[in-house]
This record gives sequence, C-alpha cells and structure tokens, in this order.
Amino acid sequence: MADHTNSVENSEKHEFYKKKHREQMKHQVVTFVMMIAFTLIAFGLVIAEVSAMFTIPIILVLAAVQVLFQLYYFMHMNEEGHQWPAVMIYSGIFAAVLTILALTTITWW
Amino acid sequence: MAEDVLKSGDLPENPERATLEGRNKFMGFWFFLGGETVLFASLFGTFLALRNSNAGGPAAEDIFGLGLVFIMTVLLLTSSLTSVYAMYHMKNNDFKKMQLWLGITVVLGLGFLGMEIYEFYHYVHGYEFGFTTSAFSSAFYTLVGFHGAHVAFGLSWFVALMIRNAKRGLNLYNAPKFYIGSLYWHFIDVVWVFIFTVVYLLGKVG
Repeated sequence: MADHTNSVENSEKHEFYKKKHREQMKHQVVTFVMMIAFTLIAFGLVIAEVSAMFTIPIILVLAAVQVLFQLYYFMHMNEEGHQWPAVMIYSGIFAAVLTILALTTITWW
Repeated sequence: MAEDVLKSGDLPENPERATLEGRNKFMGFWFFLGGETVLFASLFGTFLALRNSNAGGPAAEDIFGLGLVFIMTVLLLTSSLTSVYAMYHMKNNDFKKMQLWLGITVVLGLGFLGMEIYEFYHYVHGYEFGFTTSAFSSAFYTLVGFHGAHVAFGLSWFVALMIRNAKRGLNLYNAPKFYIGSLYWHFIDVVWVFIFTVVYLLGKVG
C-alpha cells in the first residue's frame, strides 16, 4: 500500500517536472528567436551602410544583450543555485574589460 | 537496496548537480569559463589594437564577405539551441532523444567548421592573406583560429561523450558530463557573437 501511494506521488512529481521543463523550453525558443532577430538587425545595419556613429554602438549593445540571453537562458544562469557561477563569470568579464581597455589604449600612447 | 544510486535510471531534478562530484564539476567548469573569458579578451584586445595595421596587405573591408559570416552565425546559434534541446531531454531522462539532439548539434558544428576552413583557404589563396602578411592578419587568424580550435575541441568532446555512453544510458555519473559539454558549447557561441560583431561587422563599418 505504501508502495502504491509512493508511485502515485512519483508520477505526479514526474508530470509536474515535465510540465516545468516544457515551460522552460518555450522560453528558450523565444530567446533563440530574439537572438536571430538581433543578428539580423546587426547585419542589416552594416549591409545598409547606416552611418557608423549610429551603427557601432547599436551592434555592440545588440552583441552584449545577445550574450546575456545566452548566459541567463541557454546556460541556465536564471535558475536557482547559480550565485557562484555568476561571481566567476562576472569576475572574468571584469578582468576582460580591463584587458581590452589596456591593450587598446596603451598601443596608442 | 543494493542498487547503485549512481546508475539508477530514475534521475532527480537537476541531475547535473545531484552528486558532490557533479557539483564540483559544475563549479569548476564555471571557474574555467571565467578564465576563458580573460583569455579571449587578450586576443580581442590584441586584434582591436592591430586591426588597422595591415602593412600594405589586404584590409578588413577588402576581404570579409558578410554572407558567409551570416550563415556561419546562424549555424552556430542554431547548434546552441539544439544543445539546449539535448539538455531538455536529459532533464526528462530521455537518453535517445538527448543523443539525437547532440548529434544534430555536432552536424551543425561541423558545418560551421567546414565553412571556416573554406573561408581561411579562400583568404590565403584568393587574397594572399597569410598568417605573416601583416599584424592585422596575425591578430585575425589567432583570434578567429583560436575560436575555431574551440569548436573542433567541443565537437570532439560531444562525439566522445556520445560514443562512450551509448550503451550506458543516462545516469547520475554521466549527466554532469553532458551538461558541462553543453555549457562549453554555449560559451563557444558567446565568443562567436563578439567575433562576428567586433571582427567582421566593425571591420566592414571601419
């Protein structure tokens, strides 16, 4: 009897998680569509030869947003238990920004 | 209860972090990705500093073709989504579908790699744009080639995992391995987003 209630509980749990995973997968597909759209806009701006003053900041922002989508949705940083991954990747990004700033400015001095 | 929990087919929620070994791999891998970010930043910084130093050789706007780069971007982005599908099936404990979606990911990745090899071949033979042509060419091949090497490594990783575990099925021992492989694959796509923006698109804008 105890076994029976256990298996009922288990299958309910399975159903719950399956549904949850399906919801998450829907978000992933929406994320993917938005990333494709961002890519199209970035390439479109460059191919249409819109003025560089406008194009350069826009495509850099589009790239940054696309990377955040990738990190938070595809790499699951939006799920619980990702405090340390956030610490590590943001420390990496911090050092990366310093590196790029140093290399691009020092060369011109 | 002599059954080995690690080999149990009944996976808990988040099987990649359900064991101590899995959690260690998960943490360690994110630490590694932080380091990889800095490594690629140094290559990006070098490229940005040298991108106009073409020493009389071909310049960025002469050689880059956006059509090919766009197709490569779509291939890699789609392969990122297919590996998300693989992890979706992993969480639902559906080994066969996970293997199938990983297989699709590998095919898309191979397509990307093939196009990159064609691209480099085309630059070297069609434009005489070799590794030692100019500071710009060295910085370009180092940055983009390093990314291409990551793609090749990620593909071998997936193929090795798929073959090694083909008969084992999914369990708590190998779920973290698959999960971490897919994290690596997404990170490769993250780097590519900056490559197509900074190298190719900014190269065309000037």
